[in-house]
Amino acid sequence: MASSEKKHTPLLHIVKRDPGTLTWGYKLLVRGIAILAALVVCGVLITLLTGENPVVVYGSMISGVFGTSRRVWNMLQGVAILLCVSLAVTPAFKMKFWNIGAEGQVLISGLACVAAMMFLGDVLPLGLLIVVMVAASVLAGMIWAVLPAIFKAYWNTNETLFTLMMNYVATQLVAYFLKVFVKNGSGVLTPMPEFGLPVIGGQAYLLNVLIVLVLTILVYVYLKFSKQGYEITIVGESENTARYIGINVKKVVIRTMLISGAVCGLAGLLLVGGTNHTISTTTVGGRGFTAIMVSWLGKFDPLYMVLTSFLIIFLEMGSQQVSTDFRISSSISSIVTGIILLFIIGCEFFLQYRVVFRKNRKENV
Amino acid sequence: MLAFLVSAIRLGMTFLLGSTGETITEKAGHLNLGIPGVMCVGAACGCYAEYLYFTEVGIDIDPTLAILIPMLAALLGAAAMGLLFSFLTITLRANQNMTGLAITTLGVGMSEYIINEASIIFTKGSRYFRAPLLEIPELEWFGELFLGHGIFVYLALAIALITTYVLNKTRIGLHLRAVGENPATADAAGINVSLYRYVATCVGCGIAGLGGLSFIMDYLKGNWEYCVDAIGWLSIALVIFTVWKPNLAIIGSIVFGALYVASSYIPGVSFAGKELFKMLPYVVTILVLIFTSMRKNRDHQPPQSLGLSYFREER
Repeated sequence: MASSEKKHTPLLHIVKRDPGTLTWGYKLLVRGIAILAALVVCGVLITLLTGENPVVVYGSMISGVFGTSRRVWNMLQGVAILLCVSLAVTPAFKMKFWNIGAEGQVLISGLACVAAMMFLGDVLPLGLLIVVMVAASVLAGMIWAVLPAIFKAYWNTNETLFTLMMNYVATQLVAYFLKVFVKNGSGVLTPMPEFGLPVIGGQAYLLNVLIVLVLTILVYVYLKFSKQGYEITIVGESENTARYIGINVKKVVIRTMLISGAVCGLAGLLLVGGTNHTISTTTVGGRGFTAIMVSWLGKFDPLYMVLTSFLIIFLEMGSQQVSTDFRISSSISSIVTGIILLFIIGCEFFLQYRVVFRKNRKENV
Repeated sequence: MLAFLVSAIRLGMTFLLGSTGETITEKAGHLNLGIPGVMCVGAACGCYAEYLYFTEVGIDIDPTLAILIPMLAALLGAAAMGLLFSFLTITLRANQNMTGLAITTLGVGMSEYIINEASIIFTKGSRYFRAPLLEIPELEWFGELFLGHGIFVYLALAIALITTYVLNKTRIGLHLRAVGENPATADAAGINVSLYRYVATCVGCGIAGLGGLSFIMDYLKGNWEYCVDAIGWLSIALVIFTVWKPNLAIIGSIVFGALYVASSYIPGVSFAGKELFKMLPYVVTILVLIFTSMRKNRDHQPPQSLGLSYFREER
């Protein structure tokens, strides 16, 4: 290559890939390398912080998740709840509706559920009470989700910040009602397991896991095979196209957020009615935000999302075990999760673009 | 009443720093939802540096260094997070919302880790930050309201005013806005889009990091609380509240500060009612969001390509 030509050719340049040309193996390879690299970085980090052998650290992580049958159940429960919230946000995200308010939607439905348990628990028979709990949770979630959707549909109000602010409104409402409900002023509501969802098969979390399993299949079918799912995809790809082929975009936005809110309501029900039997301002514990990651990493496909939510829960539980085993701060868990997420987000680059070095340039022109 | 206003101003300056930082980033077209995490990291780095400095020198403390070292650490720590965000969103063109949320997760975790390594009480260091910059003459309420503050209040005001000037009156500001409105046009005009975005994001994050430090050292008097991220989210909301104008944000931030601390100062509010009061800043933000979107005033819109990555060959 002549030196004068070299001067005008950058060392490397970036070309967009045609999405059709990507093979399965390549996608898997890139993501696999990203996760592996992230694990190595996290391992090095923990080794530096604790001075332990990384292999021992990974061993501690695995034992934290699979070590005992109780831990396995905790893991399944964690995956189920996280997956449930992720399933809730998925239809909205597929529509490019940036709902970061799942946290608030789940929390407010938990509040509705706890209110039903407190005030109707002694009045209604258990069967009827559960029906009321389900209805209250789902309704509360729907209301919290549909408000931003209406304003987005009619006035194009920024939904990201609207839903974000709704989170804090929900948190403060819970804080307020905890002080009203709990007469001694401690703000801690005693659990009411007697009014919870029934325990089946002797396993406290089995019902939750089964409900989410069914929900996963339902959401998968809804998004993939129903007319409404198709409309969601079109609105997400291009609003103009959707309008052109006669889809009522406003209706789709509002309807999808109603569904999203309803599923968030179910997550609230499972968390409060099926797990904690009480509520606090941190009941949802950031799952609303993590769910966005799960959904996005799983490419909005409910079946992949099972894997991605498992990955997140594995990291969380595993690094908690590491923090107790090696006596380091439990915040290591969010550090590890953050690092892995950044690696996976970053690796998308290699799926969407191709880096072309100078010497290869001729053949690509 | 006076104590209420002073408190509102002190907290407001944290919001002001956070939102000025985010405004600079957003003007360049990048929506950085990592600001809450960045502010946490800024606060933690600053506090840790203060802790290191104090253990190093013992009782022989230089008041200027006691302020400068934490500030520098906060600035650098936060800017490093900004660099990470920039690399992912600008060079690797990753989704900005996702990257921002991941940065927030990482930042909150990192700040907790760093703070656990030091201590959570920095009252000694806080005294240097809260020392009045100007000696109060016999001006009573006027002096207390405007002159008796520590360095952060004046720093925040200065940064907000300088930012407004640079954005609106200088060539650099014009280029920056062009990059945020229409990067393709800016690129065609010979403006280095990536460079502007990198610098804007890192500078913005650095300023926001200072905001995190001011929250701990100035408003909380050096008592660490694990709620810097909530302040960060409000700072992002403030950007919209003040329609991307740092000079308006001076007023807006004091309003936010007042709303946030109101529950402690209004007499007759019940124990539970305080929680409802704390809802105010969020509700007001929602109302402003709705109001500005309904009015559709062209001056009050976000930068046109906010949240979109720029890829030159995709035109």
